[in-house]
Amino acid sequence: MDRREFIKHIGGAAVATSVVLSACKNDEKEAPVVGNIIDGQGEMTYRINPNTGDKVSILGYGMMRLPVEEGGTLREHPNSPVDQELINQEIDYALEHGVNYFDTAPVYCKGMSEHATGIALARHPRNSYYIATKLSNFSPSTWSTEASKAMFENSLKELQTNYIDYLLLHSIGGDTNDLNSHELFNTRFVDNGILDWLVEQKNAGRIRNLGFSYHGDVDIFDMLLKWHDEGRYHWDFVQIELNYLDWKYADELNTRNTDAHYLYEELHRRGIPAVIMEPLLGGRLASLPDHIVKQLKEREPETPVARWAFRFAGTPEGILTVLSGMTYMEHLVQNVATYSPLRPITEEEDAFLMKIAEEIVELPLVPCTTCNYCMPCPYGLNIPVIFDFYNKCVTEGKIPVGNTEAREYQEARKRFLIGYVRNVPSLRQASHCIGCNQCVEHCPQKIDIPTQLHRIDDFVEQLKQM
Amino acid sequence: MLRKIRILLQVVTMTLVTLLLLGIGFRVHLWAGWVAKIQFLPALMALNFGVLAMVIIAALLFGRIYCSVVCPLGIMQDFFSWLGGKAKKNRFSYAKENKVLRYGFLGVFILAMILGFAPLTTLFAPYSAYGRIVNSLFKPLYDMLNNWLAGLDAANDRYNFTEVQIWTRSVTTFVVAILTLLILAFLAWRKGRVYCNSICPVGTTLSFFSRFSLFRVRFDQDKCKHCGMCEKNCKAQAIDFKNGTVDYSRCVVCGDCLDKCKFDALHYTSQKPVAVAKPVDKERRAFLVGAAVAGTSAALAQTQMKVDGGLAVIEDKVAPKRQTPITPPGSVSARHMQRHCTACQLCVSSCPNNVLRPSTDFMKLMQPVMSFERGYCRPECTRCSEVCPAGAIKPITREEKTTIHAGHAVWIKENCVVLTDGVSCGNCARHCPTGAIQMVDYEGPNGMVKVPAVDDNKCIGCGACEYLCPARPFSAIYVEGNEMHHIS
Repeated sequence: MDRREFIKHIGGAAVATSVVLSACKNDEKEAPVVGNIIDGQGEMTYRINPNTGDKVSILGYGMMRLPVEEGGTLREHPNSPVDQELINQEIDYALEHGVNYFDTAPVYCKGMSEHATGIALARHPRNSYYIATKLSNFSPSTWSTEASKAMFENSLKELQTNYIDYLLLHSIGGDTNDLNSHELFNTRFVDNGILDWLVEQKNAGRIRNLGFSYHGDVDIFDMLLKWHDEGRYHWDFVQIELNYLDWKYADELNTRNTDAHYLYEELHRRGIPAVIMEPLLGGRLASLPDHIVKQLKEREPETPVARWAFRFAGTPEGILTVLSGMTYMEHLVQNVATYSPLRPITEEEDAFLMKIAEEIVELPLVPCTTCNYCMPCPYGLNIPVIFDFYNKCVTEGKIPVGNTEAREYQEARKRFLIGYVRNVPSLRQASHCIGCNQCVEHCPQKIDIPTQLHRIDDFVEQLKQM
Repeated sequence: MLRKIRILLQVVTMTLVTLLLLGIGFRVHLWAGWVAKIQFLPALMALNFGVLAMVIIAALLFGRIYCSVVCPLGIMQDFFSWLGGKAKKNRFSYAKENKVLRYGFLGVFILAMILGFAPLTTLFAPYSAYGRIVNSLFKPLYDMLNNWLAGLDAANDRYNFTEVQIWTRSVTTFVVAILTLLILAFLAWRKGRVYCNSICPVGTTLSFFSRFSLFRVRFDQDKCKHCGMCEKNCKAQAIDFKNGTVDYSRCVVCGDCLDKCKFDALHYTSQKPVAVAKPVDKERRAFLVGAAVAGTSAALAQTQMKVDGGLAVIEDKVAPKRQTPITPPGSVSARHMQRHCTACQLCVSSCPNNVLRPSTDFMKLMQPVMSFERGYCRPECTRCSEVCPAGAIKPITREEKTTIHAGHAVWIKENCVVLTDGVSCGNCARHCPTGAIQMVDYEGPNGMVKVPAVDDNKCIGCGACEYLCPARPFSAIYVEGNEMHHIS
């Protein structure tokens, strides 16, 4: 099965996969290592898991964007093996500085993540860290009881351990062309009896905490919490997407998503610890438009832009850990400083960030992570590059706005049009999208690609006709 | 002095004409467009009486200065003649005027104009001949330079140059241009202005007036030592030193003879000579035009867009066989175009959307037609109508353009992806600038689909639908020309 077909089949799982890919992309945009004197002067902040009493570091290490030997991540060099030496160094540093939660999955980094994580962690005492991994039974070939069990057993083997601290049903809430979100959930976890089997494993001590990660249809999220209330299943933790943009504006950014404050409050109300993913929203909160960077820097000139997002994600009560997929040592050092200790967001700062979020949401961005799964477009378009160029222009404030007669506007218009053709040859531009919709089902973000392309095309047309 | 002024003006004219014909950016048509509009035949075609009167009055006053400093083909020949002179000095001798050829050919040419026999009129229109040489031979070189600069720009995040497509618009025109260049270069090298003085219809026409010019080169028989240097250096072969005469119908007032005469026996004056001061300066001067025209194009790199495995191959579009060719908005009708266009290729060079190209149809040879394989006639552009010096494409505004129906779109069911690929489309309707296309229900082999329906009353024939149609190599919707443009 090739990659494309694979994605087609897993559909609902795509979101989780997109995390890997989007993650792989934006790392380099994170702020450089320039500590400020406010942060990083003390010890790592820890949170207590009420179920097991685990003392978990507020910074969790996401193992989904591992460095590769040829440099960068798999996004830049898809066929390169991971850089085990660097991973070892990074994990050593993390443990040394109090990070003790490591989050991986069978699908991460083309399947190499668990293996590499296992090698790096096995060099340290098993009780000095917590391992989180997932049941990533996205592909129909893994839906059977045997295949799903095998996936779990294989995780133990790759991670060189006989128990998993935190096991997640990977990315519930998705759907495929053939199955809606309920059907897909039942197929993956209920009909094959795997959920009950996992509970057995937990009772047997092979799993210490059982939870799920959620993306997509909020019905499934609500249903699983209802089961929790009814005592049908007990969730020891839940992994959700949370950042200061998704807090109130998740559905504005992407209609299939749910505001993080709802998800968080539902969990908090029940005393279920939350693990946070996407604290930077695929890197977007580390790479902000100039006018927003300005506001953040005017408050704290020395604080890296991304730190605001990490502080926000770690602040709410009941957050167990905040995952960051750290490729480079510099990111790790930076994030360790951010959380040593966590400087919680004050009420006043919270209001400030909500105002910032409002401004970001108003930017007409396409939520594309340039994962390239939509490609090749049968009609020759270069979809991700079109979106990437457009998003860059939006975030860098290079979209012509204001008085059309003004010289600045004309200059921006020229730069946009010339830049567009430089990035995307005219035969691959948005004007050639016929709206056949073949790309849509491949998009892990479920972006309405044709509509977005037509929107951009209309904009370009408007500029050209000026 | 006369020679120096002449050379200076030649450099100016040639630079402007060439930059204009190269279609360089920097709004060239706005500041150099006039140099095409003062060309004799285009002005005649455009019935631009002001220009015609000016040229004729100039000929009556100063002789055929037009041929020396306005006509780019004449200037080009001077360049080759000058090169020939480097190889062999003092090589000319007086020749008699070939009246039969001159007037005979002018008669034929006028007849062709009256009959609208374009292949002949366009082929021998001097400015247009130069236009084709620039467009076919020099423009690709300039475009390579441009693309190289665009590459540098892109690398340095600058936005002055945009990459353009380099392509041969018509093989016929290309061959004609090369032959024109080779033949004229050869003739000029050997025989100076022999083409201008035996074939060129403009040269012959102006000769009627220059015979009577007020200012002219006159012999001072008292000073003449009969050395013959003037005759040997007259590229028009118009000086007969033995008899002390100049054939003013052929003299193009280049001033070479004045400089060559060591005895101050020749003067460009309105009066019979009296004694004057010594000629000033005899030093030779570099002739810059050639350099300006040719440019140097040794290391011209073309920046190629990298194509990775994730991109579908895009098949090139192939032009459909149009029953009626499409002429650009402003050209009124196929007949108007055929009667007025001198095929100088200025519009072809100027078209920013790669729409215009020279026709290969014999009766319209090298005159512009539209086709939409590489772009379409965009609504905001009226460039060709602005630059046309011959009135073949009359000036129109953007607003007028929306009312000119140069053609009409035709749907070819067999090619439509809605039916062939079973996908929804509507890209033609989405991009039609006049809203002439709407998608309507159609019972296809696999059920109801939406197909384009064209409202001929709204269609202006811009080709947006044809260019943006996903069907390749033949579009499923294409434009047929309107013999005479409809105005709404």
